[in-house]
Amino acid sequence: MALTLDFSAVLERWPSFLDGALLTLELAGIATVVGGALGGVAAIGRRSRHAALRRLCEVYVEAIRNTPLLVQIFLVYFGLASLGFKFSAVTVAALALTINVGAYTTEIVRAGLDAIPRGQIEAAEGLALSRAQIYRHVVLLPAIERVYPALTSQFVLLMLASSVTSQISAEELTAVANYIQSDTYRAFETYIVVALVYVALSFLMRAGFWTLGLVLFPRRRRLGTPL
Amino acid sequence: MNGSLNANHLLFLGQGALWTVGLSLIALIGGGAVGFLVALCRVSGVRAVRVASSAYVQLIQGTPLLVIMFLTFFGLPPLGFSVSPLAAAGASLTIYVGAYLGEIWRGAIQSVPRPQWEAAEGLALSRTQRMAKVILPQAVRIATPPTVGFMVQIVKNTSLASVVGFVELARAGQIINNSLFEPFLIYAIVAVVYFALCFPLSRLSQRLERRGARGRTTLMPA
Repeated sequence: MALTLDFSAVLERWPSFLDGALLTLELAGIATVVGGALGGVAAIGRRSRHAALRRLCEVYVEAIRNTPLLVQIFLVYFGLASLGFKFSAVTVAALALTINVGAYTTEIVRAGLDAIPRGQIEAAEGLALSRAQIYRHVVLLPAIERVYPALTSQFVLLMLASSVTSQISAEELTAVANYIQSDTYRAFETYIVVALVYVALSFLMRAGFWTLGLVLFPRRRRLGTPL
Repeated sequence: MNGSLNANHLLFLGQGALWTVGLSLIALIGGGAVGFLVALCRVSGVRAVRVASSAYVQLIQGTPLLVIMFLTFFGLPPLGFSVSPLAAAGASLTIYVGAYLGEIWRGAIQSVPRPQWEAAEGLALSRTQRMAKVILPQAVRIATPPTVGFMVQIVKNTSLASVVGFVELARAGQIINNSLFEPFLIYAIVAVVYFALCFPLSRLSQRLERRGARGRTTLMPA
C-alpha cells in the first residue's frame, strides 16, 4: 500500500486544536503557579526545626515522585467522586497536576536552599538585616535563581505531562486529538500535528521563562552570567 | 454484580506488575542503545551529525510520551503497518527514553575534565581509542547516579502503555476496577506497587550521587 498523507482534513480543525492548546496552557499555568508556591512552602517545611513537619513534607515528596501521574490522576478523580465530591474533569486535572508538580518543585527548591552558604546568612545577620529580609534577599531569591533552569525545565515537562489528563477526558490538546482522529480517520496526521503543536508550546514556554528570568533576576541581566 | 477483591485479582495485578518490570527493561535496553548512539552523535566531530541528533532530542523532548504512543499505535496502522500494543509501547518508550538518556550521557561525556581529552590526544590515541579507553570509562561513573534516577521515570512512564491497551500494572488496575467499582482501593494498591518498584531505585540513585560527590572531590584536578 502506498503511503498517502493528507493533512487537509486535520488542519481544517484548527479551531479545536487551538482550544485544546489553550486549555493545555491553562492547566500548565495553574499548576505551575499554585504547584510552584506549594513546592516553595514544602521546601521550607523540609528544612523545618520540627521533625514531624519535615517528615510530612518528605512523605509527600517521595509518595508523589515514586508513583505515575496517571495513577495519581485516577486516585484524585475517582477518590474525590467516591467521597461524594463532584468536580469537573478539568478541575481534577488542575488539582492532580498541581499536587504532582509541587513535589518536584520541593526537591528542586530544597537543593537551591541547601546550596546557600551559611556564611552568607551570618554576613546578613552582621549587617543587621531582619529575619524576613534575610529570608527574602539572601536565602530564597538566590536559591531560586540558582535552580531556575531546573525549575523551568520541570514546568515544561509538566506542560507535556498534562496530556495524561486526557485520560479522564479533560478536553486539552491530546483529548482533542483523540476526538479528531476518530472523526477523520487520519490518526497519523492528527498526532503528527499535535506533536508539533506540543513542540511549539515547549519552545514558547522556554522562551517565556527565559524572558521572565531576565526580569526576575536583574543581577543575571547586568552581568550575563548564571549564579 | 459487584464482587470483592480476591486472590485472583491480586494475581492479575501481580502479572501486570511483572509486565511493568518487563516493559521497563525493554525500554531501558532499547532506549539505552539509542541513547548511547545519540550521546556519541551529540559530541561528534561532524557538524551535520551533531545537528541531526540535537534535532531528534529537541523534537522528542518537546513531545509528550502519550502522543508518541498514540502516534505509533493508532497512526501507523492506517499507513499499512500493523502494530501490537507491546510493539507500540516498546517502540515508543525506546524512542522517548533514547532522547533523555542521550542527553544525560552527553552531559556525562562532556563533564569529563578537559585535560583528560588533551592528555589522551597527547598520547597519540586515535579518536576511537580516546573515547573507549579514556573518556567513556570516566563518563560511566559520572552517569550512573542520574541514569538510575531516570530508571524511576522509565518505570512510571510505562504506565502510559495502558492507553494503547497493553496490560501492565495500571491497565490491570483499570480492568479490575471495571468489574469491582472500587477505584480508591484498587488504585491505592496500584500506587503502592509502583512505589515499591520506584522507591528503592530513587534511594539507590541518591546514595550513588552522594558517594560520587565524595569520590569526585578527591579526583578533581586543582
